[in-house]
Order: sequence, then C-alpha cells, then structure tokens
Amino acid sequence: MGKTIAEKILSDKSGTDAKAGRIVVANIDYVMVNDVTGPIAFREYGKLGTAEMHKDRMVLIPDHYVPNKDIASAEQAKEMRDFAKKHGIENYYEVGKGGVCHQVMVEEGFAAPGRLIVGADSHTCTYGGINAFSTGIGSTEAAAAFATGKLWFKVPETIKVELTGSFGKDVGGKDLIIRIITDIGVDGANYKAFEFHGPGIANISVSDRLAVSNMAIEAGGKAGIFPFDDLTREYIKDTVRGAYTPVSADADAEYCRVLRYDLSEIESMVAFPHLPSNGRAVKDADVRIDQAYLGSCTNGRIEDMRIAAAIVKGRHVDPDVRFLVVPASQKVYRQMLDEGLMQIFLDAGAFISGPTCGACLGGYMGILAAGEKAVSSTNRNFIGRMGDKASEVYLAGPQVVAASAIAGRIVTPDLLEGC
Amino acid sequence: MVVIEAKAWRFGDNVDTDQIIPAERLLSTNLTHLNDFIFEKVRPDFADLIADGDMILADRNFGCGSSREHAPLSLIQAGVSCIIAESFARIFYRNSMNIGLLLIECKVEAEEGDTLSVDTDAGIVRNLTSGREFVFDKHPEFIGRLVESGGLVNMIKEGRF
Repeated sequence: MGKTIAEKILSDKSGTDAKAGRIVVANIDYVMVNDVTGPIAFREYGKLGTAEMHKDRMVLIPDHYVPNKDIASAEQAKEMRDFAKKHGIENYYEVGKGGVCHQVMVEEGFAAPGRLIVGADSHTCTYGGINAFSTGIGSTEAAAAFATGKLWFKVPETIKVELTGSFGKDVGGKDLIIRIITDIGVDGANYKAFEFHGPGIANISVSDRLAVSNMAIEAGGKAGIFPFDDLTREYIKDTVRGAYTPVSADADAEYCRVLRYDLSEIESMVAFPHLPSNGRAVKDADVRIDQAYLGSCTNGRIEDMRIAAAIVKGRHVDPDVRFLVVPASQKVYRQMLDEGLMQIFLDAGAFISGPTCGACLGGYMGILAAGEKAVSSTNRNFIGRMGDKASEVYLAGPQVVAASAIAGRIVTPDLLEGC
Repeated sequence: MVVIEAKAWRFGDNVDTDQIIPAERLLSTNLTHLNDFIFEKVRPDFADLIADGDMILADRNFGCGSSREHAPLSLIQAGVSCIIAESFARIFYRNSMNIGLLLIECKVEAEEGDTLSVDTDAGIVRNLTSGREFVFDKHPEFIGRLVESGGLVNMIKEGRF
C-alpha cells in the first residue's frame, strides 16, 4: 500500500515506516513561537536544564500583541527579545521587520515543500499550501523541540479532497474552505490531514491555497496539504531558504474519506457566529455590520489586498462602518505602497495599520463592543473572539469583506452597482 | 492504579480555548493565576464555584481552536483533576498530555453535579450518582509513558524521549 503526503514526510523525518495511526518521533526542520506562546516555552526550556539548543531551527516572531498594546504585553514582548539576545537566536523578527508569524514563515522562506514544521500557534498548518507538513503545537513541546530538534507525532489519517473546475467571479479559497468546514463540521478532520488533489488545483492561486490550508485547523485538521506544481515553484523561488524536496502522494495511498468539489459551483460564503462551520451563501445573508476587517494570516497577503482594493476603488466606506485594513507583514505593507493600494484604501475611508494579529483574536486595535457585528477575513468567530461576548464575527473572503465595507451589510461585490 | 472520584461540571460540544481562557488574558503576568479567568465569558461564576479535584465532563471536540497552552494550564491551576469528553481537539489533547492534565476519551452520561469515579487501569468511568458504568480505551503505549512521566519535560529529563 502506498503513502499519503503526510505519511511520506513523517517517514522521511522519522526514519521509520510512518503509517496512519502510529506514533513516531521525527526531526523537525523549524519550530516557531510567537509572543503569546513563546514565554511559556522559554520557561519550560529552562526547566529542561540542558545547554543543548537547535538555534538554527528556531524562529521567534512577535505578532499577537505587538506593537506593545500595554505594559503587560510590553513585558511579554521583552521576554522574547531578551531570550533571543541571550541565546543568540538569529531568526527573531522585531517589530518593523516581520509581521504576522505565518506570513513571515512563508515570506522568509522557512516554509518550503517537503519540510516538517511545527509552530506554537494553531494556524501553523498554513504552509501546507506550499506542500509542507506543518502543524500547530503547544509551548512545552516547542521547548522540547528547541532542546532536542524533534517531536512526537501521531501519523494522521488523510481526507482526500478532489477539486475540479475553477472559481467563479469574486469567489476564492476562503469560500472553498468555509464550504468544506460547513460540510464536515468543526471536528470533521480532528486528528486527520487534508490532502488536495485534482485538476482544479492548477486554477487556485498559491495565496488562496495558503488561505485554505490555514483553516484546516477549523475542521480540527492537523494539516492541509497541497501538491507541489509550477505555481508553487514560482511563488517561493525568490524567498525559499536552502534546498527543498517536493512530495507527492502515491497513487495507491489509502484515504479515510474522499470529498469532491467542483470549484465553479462554490458560492461566496460567510460563516455566521459562533463557529466556522456555520457557513451560508452570502446571498442568503441579511446582516448590517459595524466593522469590516481585512487582514490576518488567513487573508492578509498582497493578493488579498489587491482583490479588496479593486472592489473599493472609487467608492466610499459606509458611514456607519469602520473598515480596518491590516497587511500581514512589512513586505505586504511596502508592496501596497508601491502598487498604490494605500491610496485607494485611504481615499475610500479605510483605516490602515501596520502588521499585527491585533483584533483577529480580540487582542487590540479593532475590538468590538457588545452588540456590534463585524465581517472579517480572519479564521475564527467563536464567542467573544474579537471583543465583548455579545459581539458577533462573520467570516468571509476579501471580496465579501471589501464589498460589505462599502455596502454596510454583508454582500457580494456584484451588489455594489451604483454604490 | 489511579482512581479519581469527584464531582462533574457539565459542558457541551465544541468548547473552544477562547472560552476556556480569552486571548486578552494570555499575558506572562497572568501565568501564575490563569484560573482566575477560566470560562469568564461564558460561565462568569465558574472560577469561584469550581473546587479542587473537580472534573469536567464534556461532549465532542473539547478544546478546539487556538494552541494556547494557557488553556490546560488554567484548568490545572483551577484544580481540575480530569476532563472526560467524547472527543478532544488535537492540540488541546497534546498540550494536556505534555503538561500532565489527565484526559479521558469516553462518552459518559451524567448530569452536572453527579459524582464520577475514573479508574485509569481498568478503563472504566463510573457514575456513582446513577450507578452506570462506561468503558474507555486506554492510552497507546507512548502516551502512557508520557502520562507516567508526568509530562514531556520530565520524560525528556528521564531520557525516555
């Protein structure tokens, strides 16, 4: 019997015959922590009482509460900075040089095809979009990876997702993944990996693939892995660090379930509160909004900014809406400047910030009051996720977020005629 | 043999880590008293009500969402002896096992306030209030060693990793 991509990468990295269900100890290529999960990892590393540290495989990226939102978060960010300095860790991305951790991991070339990457942030699964096996872990095991360069993994069963066709106008990766999560539920892929197949993949941009893989965890998934192709090669060619080996599944690999989607039939989707699985077609939604949020590790890339800018260009944000635009990294910010997108968003009446996780997790800079509703290009709409427990988050792609900012209610861009 | 006998607090499906401890509490300055904030947005009185040794009983997908280790840590600090659920989200499961919070994957019928007894060697949960018994699969060998060591840090220090 052949192997899935997850089984192949975990076999390669563990030096064993990794089949679904087995527990293996595998060498990791990179371990990433952020300013929220890092401090616990640094304490646990201290408890190990070892001098061994795999510094070249460690990546430290402050993003959740930076630029520091208050004194406590300033202390926390300082802990990470001090740890990086004390141990001479080169891969530390100070405010002004990095951004949202998963965007930085891709831009800086740590994430690459065939690699095994762990991160103390649940959305580490993002790099499956470029053919890596990457998954979220906790802080204690990040400390273990600092010290040993390895970690235990239960080899996941894999759900095969067969894709055909191509997206219709104003539909993209976010709509597809909300559709999938709605179909299988928030635990539909618990302990499992997704593997994407089929001719439809060639019609999905790498940016959209990253958005799909990013939200694998919202169905409980351990990873969401796309095959490597020419689009992947082109996307990473200028940034990837070192050599990499793409991995494809064997033709006779075993899958626990097969899902099939014709991309041309995917509609613009919005996930209603308070679960990412509460997806509905946008055309069936009738929701006034107070805030529209464009950003995050899900949809804060330059491609998302271009899509949104094309929709808001020459239009004005609804007077009752705050439209927050948060590029996912300094690089995206600069590209927006260079391409004239900043001008378009400013002219429309948007607020633009520097890169941060910010309001996505209810951190700061865009918190919702009781009763307020936001449409957001982020990945979670749990109770109180972006602020008060009586606020509501509606998840959608960049097209719907941009259109909704203009209309003042959740709509698709085609309803903006005359706005 | 580990037998735990305690009162159960009842939760439903998809208890996410934002519910267990909201993101705005994830600060180093709170690390010693995360239990002050548990379930504050959904059960604001819970931190005061829970007693040392109590159990949590939930349905499917307990601990879904963020990878924050603060979630199991806050429950340990609150004195939770054990969480029984029909299923756990993967990262929460790993985090709990790695830091020594006992999780039992088992579908148990019980009401809030019932007294449950967990026998990890026998793989049985008994509802002492209703008299019913529920059987669960014991941990795989590797996880068993992890639990025996009291978590990943100890396992590494003991040279068993």
